[in-house]
This record gives sequence, structure tokens and C-alpha cells, in this order.
Amino acid sequence: MLKIYKNKWPELFFKISCSRELYMPIEKDGQIWFGKWNEDAKVRFDELNTVKSPKDFFFPQSENIVAFKAKGKNISILEKRDESQPFVVFGIRACDAESLKILDRIFLAEPIDTFYKTRRENATIITLACSEPEETCFCSTFEIDPVNPGGDIATWIIDDVLYWQSLTKKGHTLTEDVKGLFEKADQQDEEKIYSHKKGVKVILSKLPLQDLSLEGFKNGNMLAIFNSPKWRELSQACIGCGTCTFICPTCHCYDIRDYDTGHEIQRFRCWDSCMYSDFTRMSHGNPRHSQIERFRQRFMHKLVYYPANNEGVFACVGCGRCILKCPVSMNIVKVARTWEANKALEVKNDE
Amino acid sequence: MNRTYCDDNMQEVHRRNWTHETLIPKLGIVTDIRIDTPDIKTFRVIGPDGGVCFSYIPGQCAMLSIPGVGEAMFSITSPPTNKDYMEFSIKKCGCLTEWLHQIDVGQQITIRGPYGNGFPVETDLKGKDLLFIAGGIGLAPLRSVIKYALHYRENYGNIDIVYGARSAYDLVYLREIQNEWRIAPNVNVYLTIDREQEGWTGHVGFVPDYVKELNFETDKTAIVCGPPIMIKLTLKALEELGYKKNQIFTTLELKMKCGIGKCGRCNIGTKYVCKDGPVFRCDQLEQLPEEF
Repeated sequence: MLKIYKNKWPELFFKISCSRELYMPIEKDGQIWFGKWNEDAKVRFDELNTVKSPKDFFFPQSENIVAFKAKGKNISILEKRDESQPFVVFGIRACDAESLKILDRIFLAEPIDTFYKTRRENATIITLACSEPEETCFCSTFEIDPVNPGGDIATWIIDDVLYWQSLTKKGHTLTEDVKGLFEKADQQDEEKIYSHKKGVKVILSKLPLQDLSLEGFKNGNMLAIFNSPKWRELSQACIGCGTCTFICPTCHCYDIRDYDTGHEIQRFRCWDSCMYSDFTRMSHGNPRHSQIERFRQRFMHKLVYYPANNEGVFACVGCGRCILKCPVSMNIVKVARTWEANKALEVKNDE
Repeated sequence: MNRTYCDDNMQEVHRRNWTHETLIPKLGIVTDIRIDTPDIKTFRVIGPDGGVCFSYIPGQCAMLSIPGVGEAMFSITSPPTNKDYMEFSIKKCGCLTEWLHQIDVGQQITIRGPYGNGFPVETDLKGKDLLFIAGGIGLAPLRSVIKYALHYRENYGNIDIVYGARSAYDLVYLREIQNEWRIAPNVNVYLTIDREQEGWTGHVGFVPDYVKELNFETDKTAIVCGPPIMIKLTLKALEELGYKKNQIFTTLELKMKCGIGKCGRCNIGTKYVCKDGPVFRCDQLEQLPEEF
């Protein structure tokens, strides 16, 4: 374990940015986003969640995949993909780091998405342990440990010191480059970190969503959940804006479209949302014709379908972004709570 | 200790497929366009060096596109026994298909695939008496299987084909049905149209009713494709005749973009129609939410 004092952090960021592009949580117009670091950037390690999750780095909101030139009846296919250079994302929280594993199971499954894979390989992930989890946090529902956030390098900030622990080969390579700026952490530091972690766990245990359980969705009857009348009530407020899917670190639905630039046809893919009415619309009709079905699809996918295909892993990491951002205050917690109540009722009836 | 999924070991595993990217299409050339009905045309497509663009099995699909217009999934209607070209029967019903109906021979298009599981022609269907039931353009994906079974005639039992359309003008492959399918050994073809029509001496009525009327033996394997309502009613008719769900196959159609089970569009329950389908046995469909 290494440590570095706050006054030397800019030097560390500069050193990293010399060999790789460095992205960090940066304040922009009063909000915190992952942005490219430069000397004027206002780095904000104190904010828990960035507006958009770091999935953007691997699965960008929009990216060109191929281009075409058409002349008469002839078409030429121009394979050109956006270049990806080695880069570092510094300050990813445990929940967002876990979300990448969920995306990996989609994009790195055969046939592999090489656009995603290239970026994934080029990235070195430096995580940042949480010091002050908030009321909207429920990562513990997914057995995510916010004080041991993983990644290639894990970091902890206690007062004015950043502790640095390299965990993978990629992490070791980067650490070699910047080692000179660090001091070695001693026994006293280890103890400090230990008690800090313990303190955070105490805060966590007092947060309102710590008891949230998804048992109601585990080994459940998929069709019984699907056909539940509760979806009608839950979806009633949903306006289909798609904000939840865009800020969600695990949502990964996409669209592929063409754009005429004037001298060629650019084919790009972009984020899409199962909450939108045209998501499944075909020329002969739409199998999900109202918002109930679209709303249900999003939660069924996260809580039932994805786990069924992925050894019980839910496609949610409890980051809490949807709780903060949904304009009608509907979110996965309310869905889970509804089934919790249902389960409690069932148990009562059985008795 | 937490390790990212994409750790050093995984990178090695993935490197083997480094160059493969399935979202990037290949070039196809339209070499023939046949007008089947007032709104269905069959397009013959070859690769730039001639021959098929890729190998496939009956029931699999391909993503066809006119750059700038759109890209969509179509079933490959020619059998894989034909290595000279691929055929797609396409009904004019949306933006891309309208465009395709306007192109001339020689037009280049883009193509990627094959996608989907296809029909189990070498396993579940082999050695069986086959009952094909199709409505309208629904015969397109079944044609590949029918022609495959006719090519390897000795591998399959009797073949019955029930096919219906709105009118006599809307029956696809009529010439091929009369000149090839009807005269093949142990093949029976039953045609029907929805309403009476001048000059039509054949059966009149909806496909599901005709299936019941024909009262088929229940030892066959049925393969059904057509508009959703026709499929639903035909399944009911077959069950009334005594067919079990595990004797019936069908092929589904949903909106698709990637074709590889990632973009999320054709997700029904735990399945992705583009990857796990489009061919499903009906007892498998029963396990899925009814969203098709």
C-alpha cells in the first residue's frame, strides 16, 4: 500500500496524464461528470455519483461503427472505427466498478463486441472507496463492498491522504510509472484505513435502504411475476422519458442508425431505451403497445431475465442514480419494496 | 480480492476472435428480382465474388440494408443446398422494404449474418413426417426448409404443406409450388384463400379452419409460420387435432438491430429472438411471457 498527500495530487494527475488520457469526476456547470483532466479541472472526489455513469467510456452514448459511399448502384463499405488509446478512469465507485462486470457479461460474450472490448482493454480503472454513503445507496443488496471497491487500483481518501493499492497487472504497470511520487504506507496507516472502513460500515448500516431485499425475485416464477397486476399500478406514473436507462450504469440497449453526412453515410450506434414506444415497433405492429409493458420489461430484465441467464446476478448495482433522477420518483427500490410487501403477505397467509 | 472480469487471463481468451466484428456488413449484389405478388418480391443476392455471402441453415436470417435507408432482419428463403445465390422474399410494408421494392437488378446492398438458430433439420425434423402450415409471407422462412427436405428427400417422411393467403394473387411461389413441390414424391399441397374469387376453384377459408378440416394424423411434426393471429389460431387448431406442443415449431418475428443478443430489442423473457430463436418449439414458447 502506498500513500500520497493532497498537495501532491495535482502532480500525480499530471504524471498519469503524460502517458495516458486521464478521466476523473470533474465539476462542470455545477454538476459532477467524468471528464478529461487538465490543470484547470476542478476534481471532485467528494461527490458520490457522477451524473452519468462511467459506462460511457466503454459503451459510448453514440459511436460510429462503419461508413458507406454510394454511387449509382454501387456501394463501398468503409471500415473505420474511432481510435482508442490507453486511458485511465480515476475515481470510479464500487457500484460503478461492479456495473462493468455486468456489461462484460453482455458485450464480451460470444460474439464479442470488439468496440467495447478494445476500450475495456485500453482502460485502467482506479476505484475510490466510499467515505460517506448516502441515503440513496443500496449496493449492499448486491453484496458490493463500497470500502473495498476493486478495479485495477483501489484508493481510499482519509483526511488529506490518498491511499493507493494496486490489484492487477495493469494496475502494477501504472503504479510503476508514478511510484516516485508516493510514500510507503506504514502500520499506523493500515490501522487508520481499517478503522475508517469500520466507520463507513457503521454509517452504511444506518442507511434507509440497507434492508432492501430482492428475495421476491430470486428463483421466482418468471411468468407469475410477469403477469402480476402490480405492474399496472407501479407504471402508472411513468412518463417514458428514459432518464433511468440513460443514467443507469447497467442499461445497455442500443440502436443502430444511419446518418447522411453529405459525402458519406455514417452508420452509428447509440444508447436506446426499452422505455420508448418505438423501441419494439415494427411495420406490422408493436408487441409492447403501452407504458405498462415497457416499464415491466425494464425491471423484469434487471431483476428476472438477466439473473436467469447470469448465475443469479442482478443487473443493478444499487448506485441510486435512478432514485435521484426520475422525474416522477419511480425507481427499482419501489418495485422491489412492492414485491417485499407481497412476499410478507404471502408468508402471513401461509401461516 | 475484486478482480475485473476483463483481467489478463480473459484478454488472452478473447484475443482469438479479435478481428471478428459482426455488426460490420458485407457487400451483396442483387442479381434477380422476381415479382411474386402485388406486394412481395423475391430478391436473389450474391457476394461480390459470386455465390452465397455466407453459409447458413434453413430458418436462419440475415440483416439486409440499403445504407442511409435502414437495416432489417429477413429470413433467408433459399435452401443452403443452393451455393450459387441466396434469396429473400420481401413484403413491402415499411421504409426499407418500400425502397427495396424500387431497386433494379445490379443494385448493391449490404448483408450480414447468418443470425438465429434455424430449424433442427438434422435432428428433430429428420426422419419425421412433416406438416408445413403457412400464411401469406410466412411461407418465406419455411421455403428454405421445404426445399431442403425435398433435396434430401430420403431423410424425411411424407410432407404436407398447407398454405393460405388473402387472395389467389397473394400466394407466393405459386409456380414453384405447382411445378416442383406438388409433383415431388409423397408431397401433398393444400392451398386456400380467405375469400371467394373469380377463377379460383380451390379451397376457400382461413388456414386454421382448413387445418382442422384436413384432420391430419397426429404423428407428424408441424412447422407453422404466418401473421401472429394466424399462428395463434393454428396452434389451437393443431391442439384440437391432438398435437402436443413439443410437436410444433414456429418462427417468430420481432424488431431487431444487432442480431447477436446484445441490443436488447428482441428480448422476450430470458430469450433473445435473434440469437436463441427465431425458431422455437411451442412448449418452449409456453415458458416465455406472451410478448410476440
